[in-house]
Amino acid sequence: MQLLLFNAFNGLIQGVFYALMALGLALILSLNSVINMAHGGFLVIGAYLAYALSPYLGFWGALVAGPVLAAAIGLVVERLLIRPIYNRSDPLYSLLLTFGLALIVEDLTRTIWGPQGLPLEIPDVINSPVSDVYFFVTGYRLFVIGITTAAVVGLYLLLRYTLLGIRIRAGINDLETTAALGVNIYRLRALNFGFGCLFAGLSGVLAAGVLGLTPPMGNSLIMPSFVAIIIGGVGSLFGAVVGGLIIGLAAGITTTYYPAASEAVIYLMMLIVLVVRPRGLFGEEGLFE
Amino acid sequence: MNRKITIAAMWIALVALPWWLPLIGGYTALGSKVLIYAIATMGLNLLLGFTGGLSFGQAAYFGLGAYGAGMTLKYLAPSTPLAILIGTLVGGAAATLLGPLVMRRRGIYFAMITIAIGQLFYFIMVRWNEVTGGEDGLAGFSRQDIHLGSWIYRLDETNFYYLVLIGFTIAVAVLWVVLQSPLGHTFVAIRENRRRIEFLGVRVERYIWVAFSIAGFITAFAGTLNALLFNFTSPQDLHWILSGNFVIMIVLGGMRSFFGPLIGVIIFVVAQDYLSSITGNWMTFIGMIFVLIVLLFPRGVLGILARRIEAL
Repeated sequence: MQLLLFNAFNGLIQGVFYALMALGLALILSLNSVINMAHGGFLVIGAYLAYALSPYLGFWGALVAGPVLAAAIGLVVERLLIRPIYNRSDPLYSLLLTFGLALIVEDLTRTIWGPQGLPLEIPDVINSPVSDVYFFVTGYRLFVIGITTAAVVGLYLLLRYTLLGIRIRAGINDLETTAALGVNIYRLRALNFGFGCLFAGLSGVLAAGVLGLTPPMGNSLIMPSFVAIIIGGVGSLFGAVVGGLIIGLAAGITTTYYPAASEAVIYLMMLIVLVVRPRGLFGEEGLFE
Repeated sequence: MNRKITIAAMWIALVALPWWLPLIGGYTALGSKVLIYAIATMGLNLLLGFTGGLSFGQAAYFGLGAYGAGMTLKYLAPSTPLAILIGTLVGGAAATLLGPLVMRRRGIYFAMITIAIGQLFYFIMVRWNEVTGGEDGLAGFSRQDIHLGSWIYRLDETNFYYLVLIGFTIAVAVLWVVLQSPLGHTFVAIRENRRRIEFLGVRVERYIWVAFSIAGFITAFAGTLNALLFNFTSPQDLHWILSGNFVIMIVLGGMRSFFGPLIGVIIFVVAQDYLSSITGNWMTFIGMIFVLIVLLFPRGVLGILARRIEAL
């Protein structure tokens, strides 16, 4: 029982990273119509910049600086590379472009910081176990859950109640009409891409505290995030979060009983969802069908 | 007429490759690798370029073919033809079974599902250690000379190249026949205007399934040859990075032309071979190739050439 709880909790934490990552991906997918294969790249950028800056800014400063810098780099990338290809109707090109970026980021990270894993120092205040019996419930993990909840709720409030959020939702629904109503959709898409990268960066810093930093970490987290979106349902941000948590938990629980299948299980779950409910748990009907 | 001369020249160059490639600093196995990737990408292009199905997980079927062939030789029987047959059937059957799950979706979603499904096989091969060799890959098998009655075809490097060339010829013939048939015309029509074809009463999903299946069989066939070329296969042969490479090779050569993928493969494989020999950061350069192709040459080499000729 202890082992099951241990693995389930580990899985949940992993699921939190998937969910954050999938949320950013889903935002970019919905409004920018881009599958951002470089999303793992932005995660890595956020994590490594936080690592590099933490001696100067401390953990708390780095926790803010990492994601913000990832978002800033995301804005530059969007402006220079992705904006020129929005008008290509075939989604193939943005996929290939961001794919190339993913390779570049992984390789450059390896060149700059080396292939070996690096630890991200976490302040003692939040790093001690909360209970002796449930030793795996460290303060940091609860902190991860707390920050993530705050970020998700923050995004919800932004989308629900601010003018920017309303415009983003309108754009997701019908970009042309939104543009015709006088909204600068180029700026809107740029900002949205930035938000997506912010979530990737946040996921990176938080994940670094648990898993440490390695150059391929981003590209190995991106596939489960795809699965999270497919299970949750394309077009549903809420679905992406739920999907991420579900597959994290499933992988964790599988680790207890059959560790070798802990990765394959999430892809199997995806197949089952595709058979039983092709549009995903919360997906909209008619999207990409 | 011009086209016929070009194609004849291409076949002559391919047949004579073991003589001229070493003269310019290459090696015959590189030629085999190019042809194998050409089979895989031309098969994929039936789906990608001609039917408009954005498959981004094709390496899965390539890798399944490779593992199928390797495991046949290692565990079942020391026969090269049997290995090719079983590998092709395994990969092709997997694509055929999974086709119904992807065929309903379009565009980005189609791409996402195909990538994610590919990862399933990747993790099976990584984790099923005792049978697949896990992370280190499947080794301990080697291609066997082919016995036809009393005649023996020894599979040394050059002879294996010719086996691959025969395979390439068969794949090209199959694809050509398919594309010239009503089936092939339907594929192209789906790419051009899916909705219109639907209104004509054509069951578009079924055709996409067929294209997915054919592409799967051909890619798996290429995978079997790849395993035999190196007498080795590893999970990298089913990784999404290889899938992405396949797609960029197609785009680089020209996804609207029949032989486009071959051109793309030649450029990409040679560039990769060269870059990895001069720099440890070859991945960055490959990534930059991706970005530059998308921004500057989205039509690919043959696409640009075709435009030039039209303009003349």
